[in-house]
Parts: sequence; C-alpha cells; structure tokens
Amino acid sequence: MAEVDIKNYCLNFGPQHPAAHGVLRMVMELDGEIVERVDPHIGLLHRGTEKLIENKQYLQAMPYFDRLDYVAPMNQEHAFVMAIEKLANIEVPERGQYIRVLFSEIGRILNHLLNLTTHAMDVGALTPILWGFEERELLMEFYEAVCGARLHAAYFRPGGVHQDLPAGLADRIMKWTETFPSTLEDMEALLIDNRIFKQRNVDIGVFDADEALAWGFTGPMLRSTGVAWDLRKAEPYEVYDKMDFKVAIGNAGDCYDRFMLRIAEIRESLKIIRQCLNDMPEGPVMSLNTKFAPPRRAEMKRSMEALIHHFKLYTEGFKVPEGEVYAAVEAPKGEFGVYLVSDGSNRPYRCKIRAPGFAHLQGMDYLLKGHMLADAPAVLGAMDIVFGEVDR
Amino acid sequence: MTDKALKALGEHIASSLENEVISTAVAFGELTVVARAEHVQKVLTFLRDDQECMFKQLIDLCGADYPERARRFDVVYHMLSVQLNQRIRVKVETDADTPVPSAIEVFPAAGWFEREAWDMYGIFFADHPDLRRMLTDYGFQGHPLRKDFPLTGFVECRYSEEEKRIVYEPVSLKQEFRNFDFMSPWESAQYVLPGDEKADDAADGKEGAK
Repeated sequence: MAEVDIKNYCLNFGPQHPAAHGVLRMVMELDGEIVERVDPHIGLLHRGTEKLIENKQYLQAMPYFDRLDYVAPMNQEHAFVMAIEKLANIEVPERGQYIRVLFSEIGRILNHLLNLTTHAMDVGALTPILWGFEERELLMEFYEAVCGARLHAAYFRPGGVHQDLPAGLADRIMKWTETFPSTLEDMEALLIDNRIFKQRNVDIGVFDADEALAWGFTGPMLRSTGVAWDLRKAEPYEVYDKMDFKVAIGNAGDCYDRFMLRIAEIRESLKIIRQCLNDMPEGPVMSLNTKFAPPRRAEMKRSMEALIHHFKLYTEGFKVPEGEVYAAVEAPKGEFGVYLVSDGSNRPYRCKIRAPGFAHLQGMDYLLKGHMLADAPAVLGAMDIVFGEVDR
Repeated sequence: MTDKALKALGEHIASSLENEVISTAVAFGELTVVARAEHVQKVLTFLRDDQECMFKQLIDLCGADYPERARRFDVVYHMLSVQLNQRIRVKVETDADTPVPSAIEVFPAAGWFEREAWDMYGIFFADHPDLRRMLTDYGFQGHPLRKDFPLTGFVECRYSEEEKRIVYEPVSLKQEFRNFDFMSPWESAQYVLPGDEKADDAADGKEGAK
C-alpha cells in the first residue's frame, strides 16, 4: 500500500464551547487525536479593567475586582484593599480582619465547589454539579446577607469591611458548616473511586515542582506538585496566623491530585470558618481613621465633622500617599496580586492585576503537548480558569 | 522579611551586579531594584540562581507609562522565592523605540506577560518568539494603557443588520464624556480664576521695584 502523507489537522476549540469555561478560543494542531500544539487566544472578555481603574477614584475602582474572578469575588477585593492599606498605612480592627478571613474562606469554598463540580462535568459526571450548586446558593445567601448582593459584593473596603454581620448570620453560617460536610462526602463518594473519573484524570497534565515554578504556577497548581507554598502560611495576612489549619499538598502533580487537593482545601476552609465564628471579638469592623473610612450613619446625624468627612470621601475620595506596592492574597486559584502605583492623588496611577489564571493558561501548550484531544477539558478543568480574571 | 534584611539583600545584589544595577531601595517593606534595560537578562538570571536570592518564580511582568519622562516606560518584574520566602521588584526603563531583551529564556512564564506589555504599552521585547497582541481585539490599533490613549478608545463595533457582519466605526458619544475633577479647588485647579492674574501682576510689580 502506498504511504499516505497525512497533514496535521487544525481544530478550533471554542470560543463558545461548554468545556471552555467561558470564552476561551484554542487553536489546536492535531496529529490524529494527539495534540501537537495549542495556541490559546484569550482576550474575548477583555474589558479594560486596568484602564478604567486608572480613571476612577480608589473606592470607585474597588467593585471592578468583583468582576474579575466572579466565582470568588471577595478574595479579589481583598488584594486591592490590602494594597491601599499598605500604601496609606491603615490599620484594620480585629473584628474586621476576622470577617475578612471568614468571607475569604467562604469565597474559597464557593470557588472550589464550582471548579470541582464543573471539572467533574467536563469529564462526564453530571450529578456533582447539581448537588454542589445547591450549596453554592446557600453560600451566596451569606454574601447577600452581609452586603446585599449575591455576586458583586463590594464588601471589603479600605480600612475594614462595609458593615457588621447582621444578627443571626453567624449562627446560620455555623449551622451550614455542620450540614455541608455530609453533602461533600456524598459528592466525593461519586467521584474519588469512580473508574471513569480516574481514567480521565490520573496521570493527565503532569508537571513537577521546577516546571511549576518556571511557568509561574501558584495555588493548587503549585501545591499539587508537593510544594507546601500557601501565602496564608508564608506571608500571613489578617488573622491567618491565629488560625489552625493545614496546607494540603499533592505529590503526583496530575489532574486527579489537583482535584483531591481542592477537596482537602474545602475541609480546611471549613475549619477556618468555624474558628473565625468562635473566636470573633466584638468591636468596630471598619477603621476609625475617618480620613479613609466613612463615618457611621448614626454619627452623621449628629456630628458636623462626620458629615464633612462623609461628603469629602464620597466626592473627592481619599488621597493615597505616593509610592508603589505589591499586595498578594492566596485566592482560591492561586496568588492574586495587585501592583499599585500612586502619585499622591485620589486615583490610582497604575494598577496591574496579577491573575493566577493568566499564568496557568499560558502553560496550556506545554502541558497538553502529546495528550489526547479529550484530555484538554480535563487539564483545563483542573487548572481552574475563569475568564473574568484572565482577560481582565 | 524585615527592612534590614531586605536592605542587606539589596546591597548584596548591587555589589554583585555593579554594572547592571543602577539603584536599590526599600519602601513599604518591599525591595526595588532598578536595572539597566540592556542587561535585564543577566540580572534576572542572577536573581534566579544566586544562593541568597533564589527568585525562581517570575510572578508578574508589566509595563507602566510615565509620559513626562524621556524614557517613558517602566517594565516591572515581580519575583518570588518560594525557598527563601522573599520577594523582589526589578524595574527597567525604556521608550517606545528601544527594545528590552526578552526574559523568556530565563523564565518561560514571561512569554504571555511580555505579549501583554507589548499589547498594552507598545513596549518591544527583543528576541521574543511570538510577540503578538494578547488581550485586545484581532486587528486592534494602538496601545490602550498608554496615558495618551483616551478612555473611550477610537473605534466601536456593532453588528450591522444591512451588511450582516460586525462593522467598526469611529466612537460617537451621544453625550460628552464626563470627567469630573473632584479634587479640592485649592489643589487641582490649574486654570486662572478671575482676579488671580492681578496677584501675579502685583508680585511681578514688586520684583520689578526691587
């Protein structure tokens, strides 16, 4: 038989594809079913966030961070307010710090629930997403209870959080942490030893610690290779140094490890949430430095000074001293950082958003080389990509 | 890390790279190293491999625009050492014509970050294998994060029912773009308020009298 010269096949994956987790377009070069090269085209959700932030006052810029990684909104806000606090040297009262940690961990569970269940759906299991989303809805109700919005919270402010927890919320969250583990166990039971799930994930998308560092992977991606690097432990911010929790790590660096690691992280987050609720002190939730934090509403009814501060803060905004800082938090997806340059005015001069997903997605070509086409959704799912933050 | 330890690290870097590093500074608990753009590869390699630095991870690379300077762009590298738990910021200056050597050989992660800096600021990276636009639209013109690029942009797109395709048109604002200046009038007003010119004249007159 004559030898036939087969050309590589070029496949366009996305931008509208249920397994593309948003608007990812990947131009894939295939040799049969083997992926030779992947060229992710991103930016289909680019909204110019950084440019907009440069044209807004600090407080007006803050809600843009909810719209980056819309799966865990408060974690992104956290990085931005931390950058401002670092520049302006604002102290956050202890209760405010506890509330921030509490909601950062709720955000982590929100994110991991979405990622784990959609990852499972990408490789063929539909049930977990139906169960997981019920729990996510409950968590979003907690978001709604503190700030009035299910998703775009705008709750973390420079100097603390906007409002104290409403009465009874702490008990509701506590009750939820007692019922949720059984749902998590049910969900796990469907997947952990499931043969199909393991065949799709074990030894897929493997990399080691050196590769992860060189490609700038952070968060669960880095930890799945056995590096116990977690900013909550390494550079403890807020009250994380008072919390008793463990850093989950993997050892194989494959998709299955990343999946299991996130489940372990949910358990640790639950532990942190319980500790927060038990140890939370009474006191103010917002800094009393009225040059940055608005006065309380009741105060404004009586005090002229408070009224003036309120007027100034919501028209001119506050001015941040000149300088540049980089503030990072351990967002559920990895290191979420904000590089903030201030020229001393009431608007940021430059605000670069360092999104973990951007670096992760860059490694797609490297990780997928030599894999089957059907592995692409599994690798992508275990990477935990949300396009709000990748495209900014 | 304490400021003292950071300072010591900065001095170590400055003494090891005398010709490449211009200055080091510690501010807000962060170490910033300003380097010469043409030697940036050597600086990054040193920071990655030196035993006291071990910055094995390039966390972020971005541009920044300061149009009033002769070399208007900064390229800012943020690096992290997982082993020693320390961070560093490296800055180099460049302009729209001078290329910066690409860091891609030192850190493969630099690839997309440099593409983004090219896209947003038009900073050119020499020897980058694939310097295409990253975030903006296919066929986009200009570099949107430059300070002289207007917030509204120049073109807008819509789906044209007549032509059955996406068409690009110059931006037409139905209402003038409102850019409120909320700064206190004592600080922000650059214009001459009625009556102010007399103060200047008076001051000139005084000097003249001297």
